[in-house]
Amino acid sequence: MTTWAIAGIVLLGGVTGTDTVSFPQAMISRPIVSATLAGALLGAPAQGLLVGVVLELIALETLPVGASRYPEWGSASVVAGALYVGSHGDSAGALMVAVLGGLVAAWIGGLSMVWLRRRNATLAHQRRAGLDAGSGGTVLRVQLLGIASDFARALLLTGVAYAVLAPVERALANQWTLDPLWSRSALVAVAASVALGASWKLFHLVAGTRWLFLGGLAIGFGLLALGVAA
Amino acid sequence: MSQGPVAPPPPPRVGIRAAMMLRLLAVQGAWNYETLIGNGIAFCLEPVLRELPGGEHTPEFRAAMARQARYFNAHPYLAAFAVGALARAELDHEAPERIERFRTAMCGPLGSVGDRLVWAGWLPLSSLVALALFGLHGGALVVVATFLVLYNVGHVALLMWGLRTGWRQGLAVASGLGHPIFRRGPAILARAAALVAGIAIPLAFSRLVGAERAALGEILVAALLGAALVVKLQARLEAWRFALLLISGIVLFSVIR
Repeated sequence: MTTWAIAGIVLLGGVTGTDTVSFPQAMISRPIVSATLAGALLGAPAQGLLVGVVLELIALETLPVGASRYPEWGSASVVAGALYVGSHGDSAGALMVAVLGGLVAAWIGGLSMVWLRRRNATLAHQRRAGLDAGSGGTVLRVQLLGIASDFARALLLTGVAYAVLAPVERALANQWTLDPLWSRSALVAVAASVALGASWKLFHLVAGTRWLFLGGLAIGFGLLALGVAA
Repeated sequence: MSQGPVAPPPPPRVGIRAAMMLRLLAVQGAWNYETLIGNGIAFCLEPVLRELPGGEHTPEFRAAMARQARYFNAHPYLAAFAVGALARAELDHEAPERIERFRTAMCGPLGSVGDRLVWAGWLPLSSLVALALFGLHGGALVVVATFLVLYNVGHVALLMWGLRTGWRQGLAVASGLGHPIFRRGPAILARAAALVAGIAIPLAFSRLVGAERAALGEILVAALLGAALVVKLQARLEAWRFALLLISGIVLFSVIR
């Protein structure tokens, strides 16, 4: 991968990581978008989409609710997309290892967001006099510093995660022993378990959703049986 | 003689409304554990508060900014209702105590209603529609563009509606939260998402497995057992951690066996 391509990936990770909470929350940080964008940046959007879909199934349950702690999928999915496209799908385990890299990066990204929120509190605390005096400039500075810090956090996370995980991914892929069929099947089974479980958790309390879900499953499997989506 | 309802004042100029809309997209930019989105609310209100008599170098402007930068919590999209209402209240020179009471009272409802409507409804529904398109062999551009357009139509519409309703109703905006969209919307979205989930998951699952379907039955059984485990463990283990543990285990098994 060229230096420019890596720079593009790091920049994209910065943008998608910032989108998670700070600006503009347009959901370019969702795995299905950010991993696909990473793939497109490296000339393989379809491969990026593949990683993005697996991570999206896993992220379905994540609700970015206020003060709760959750994985940071934006930067992490860019890293996962870049890892998979960078591996050229050479190994049977390339997709699984890329998804694992994405999950680890998302976990660390979630921890880095907690750190950022504490730092934002410190920044606001240091400018308390200006805020209490109603200085418009201070409000503006606190807000922009928060967004800039989040962007820097996401840039750093993407750069470090890619730099560390790319060689690990190559090493793991070289030692891979499971055959391609079982590697892909195991990954799909894990992602589908999480998506099915998440769907149940999200919707089962609302009256009628169980039947609608079962009806949807019948339609989905019916489409597969008819070969519409085979 | 009885007086008719008082007509709301004309909305702020287009430029100010546009600035407030843009700033609403960054309302969580300085999110922290002390004031949550308090600074963000003041940041969104700053363009309209400059319209106070005398502009930004007056004690009124400074008092309003100081008030608005204090602790506030809301769903980031529904914060638009509060921003519109607070803008109107400040420009109407409402008593500071009333504004404080309004801010305190709005925190809970604007958070919980938004979480149910957007995070637990609109977002998963948009994701599931994109996953269904992927399963129907949609290309990368179609899948991503559909997701982003669908989700953000709802996102931007909610911001615009919130800002307008907040301005129109001022401190009485709480009644706007009784709108059918908030009362029935979460349940309707949950039903739609449940139906789409049922369609999307097998389709996405099938495309991910690819042309080689030899293990399809085994995958399906494993997925159902895994889903039951995810639901059973929900209080102790988040689903993404479950995935991380399982995938780590499979990778280790493959590498060291």
